[in-house]
Amino acid sequence: MALDRWIALAFITLCCVYGYAAFFTMDDSLPPILRRNPIWPSTFPKMLAVAGIIVGLMVLFGPKTRKADNPAKAADGTMDITKLREYQIVPALALVVLMLAYAMTLRPLGFLGSTTLFLMLGAMILGERKLYVLIPIAGLAAWSIWYLVQEVLGIFLRPWPAFMA
Amino acid sequence: MIEGLLLGLAAAVTPFNLMMVVMGCVIGTLIGMLPGLGPMSIIAIMIPIAISIGDPASALILLSGVYYGAIFGGSTSSILLNAPGVAGTVATSFDGYPMARKGMAGKALTIAAIASFAGGTIGTILLMIFAPALSSVALLFHSAEYFALMVVGLSAIAAFAGTGQVGKALMMTILGLMMGTVGEGALSNMPRFTFGIMELQSGFSFITLAMAMFALPEALFLVMNPARAATDAGGKITNLRISRDEARTIAPVIGRQSIQGFFIGVLPGAGATIASFLGYAVERNLAKGKEQEEFGHGSIKGLAAPESANNAACSGSFVPLLTLGIPGSGTTAILLGALLALSVTPGPRLMIDEPDVFWAVIISMYIGNLVLLMLNLPLIPYIAKILTIPRQYLIPFILFFTLMGSYIGQNNPTELLILVGFGVIATILRFADYPLAPLLIGFILGTMMEDNFARAMQLYRGFDFIIERPMTLALLVLAAILVVLPSYRARRARLRAAGVADGD
Repeated sequence: MALDRWIALAFITLCCVYGYAAFFTMDDSLPPILRRNPIWPSTFPKMLAVAGIIVGLMVLFGPKTRKADNPAKAADGTMDITKLREYQIVPALALVVLMLAYAMTLRPLGFLGSTTLFLMLGAMILGERKLYVLIPIAGLAAWSIWYLVQEVLGIFLRPWPAFMA
Repeated sequence: MIEGLLLGLAAAVTPFNLMMVVMGCVIGTLIGMLPGLGPMSIIAIMIPIAISIGDPASALILLSGVYYGAIFGGSTSSILLNAPGVAGTVATSFDGYPMARKGMAGKALTIAAIASFAGGTIGTILLMIFAPALSSVALLFHSAEYFALMVVGLSAIAAFAGTGQVGKALMMTILGLMMGTVGEGALSNMPRFTFGIMELQSGFSFITLAMAMFALPEALFLVMNPARAATDAGGKITNLRISRDEARTIAPVIGRQSIQGFFIGVLPGAGATIASFLGYAVERNLAKGKEQEEFGHGSIKGLAAPESANNAACSGSFVPLLTLGIPGSGTTAILLGALLALSVTPGPRLMIDEPDVFWAVIISMYIGNLVLLMLNLPLIPYIAKILTIPRQYLIPFILFFTLMGSYIGQNNPTELLILVGFGVIATILRFADYPLAPLLIGFILGTMMEDNFARAMQLYRGFDFIIERPMTLALLVLAAILVVLPSYRARRARLRAAGVADGD
């Protein structure tokens, strides 16, 4: 089964969960006065769940699509699952992990520290080795962005690690 | 209209707003040139900055400047590198790249700039004529019609998604609508589908979603496919002049394609991509003999056609946004989200309630086009240097700006986890060839759609509004036709291909 059909299946499952919540559990907490309304908070979600399941089934059992039909898609540079093996998956995954780490360390390490590390490690994952170029660029960029956001836009960003504040 | 224009002039021509136009155009061109970053990603990244400006007119001026600049930057990389940053400029590379290979890169860029300028300007004039007329009609609409209109808009977006894509686009639209229902509901303040998670109480942030759907997958794809970021634009760009004969050749092409592009842009879901491909195809068919053979080998007509069409379509896509409050493309959906964040509700009442915003945007489109022409043309050889930034520096910065954009809006690290999670899902969806713009449009329209639906239901005590308001019924039927027709035609084409007789 192709990837797009797996996604359709996942989508139908999601619709079932969503629909179950809309049809069976959501209305329990509805106060009686609102029950006299013609529209409940669950009305629209119910319609969506039904429509979603129908469309999902259509995609799941629908005919195979031909890629070349779409001129925009046929152009070079679109994502193509058949070329997955040629793609460099490892650095991409490493960057995803790095982004998650950035999200986790942003508060504890402070903006300047975690941003400098993020920019440095990101470049190193992609193959940059010249640390004497990398460290100044990353540090300077982190500081100037912090200055722009905090001083010019006036949005607070904690610059230093938590224990120093 | 003259009164409005003066009002817009007064609002747009302030030193600050002029600076915003120039800044938007330059930033848009710079980033739009990078392969893989389309206008949607750029606008999504710029939104937090625009919102923190605070003034809706200035914010929208900045963002539309970015939009125009991004389209222009996209054509530059199409011409110089054969690496279109945007689907809307793919057709530009058909003739633009061959011209650059022949050493006429400067001339190609000039033609692209002039065609874009003319397309954008003509498109804006048409927008100025049609938007007020359409919004006076739209004032007659009730919530029932609005609901139906949004259904039509969403169906049209799915219907124009391309052969075999209709089901997928519909699926993404419904997913977007479903994501829009997460959080506190429209009618009662009951939290829905939050699964007890505090962070979901106020729903998903649209900036986070926009970043996750467009900017992140593109950046990850740049990592996965190094060939995409290939940079060989080191060559010199000289001879920017075009001759009088050439100008005479492309003038009618630009005129025709600006008008055609505008009207295609007005249709929800069609937008710049279809406009540019169609413009290219129409001009190739119109051209005679030798000129027709030149198409694809560096024809100036083939370059001017998609360029003027895609810029005119950009102006056209503002029509449904400004008059109905319904975005027809991913980009205008992002703009709508930005406007809502600035507590401006686009729609027919925009012209009455906040005419300065409406007209300032239109005036700033003229200024933006002018700025692009005057500023970018002489600077292009220098701006193109950005294409030589090594990717190991470029990509971490793109990722960082994406993260920052969603962080400074919310100041909440959980938002970043949501962003990365959705970004990975969006990348998988892109691999499976699912269109993502419908998801975002559905997400943004979801709340508005439910509001209008609820109002209509309450007024008519149930589903009667569908039957009692003929206009609503007609619109809903139109939506059904839009969805069913492409799949019916695809089915017929398939049966014919399989050798089955075509019914009787």
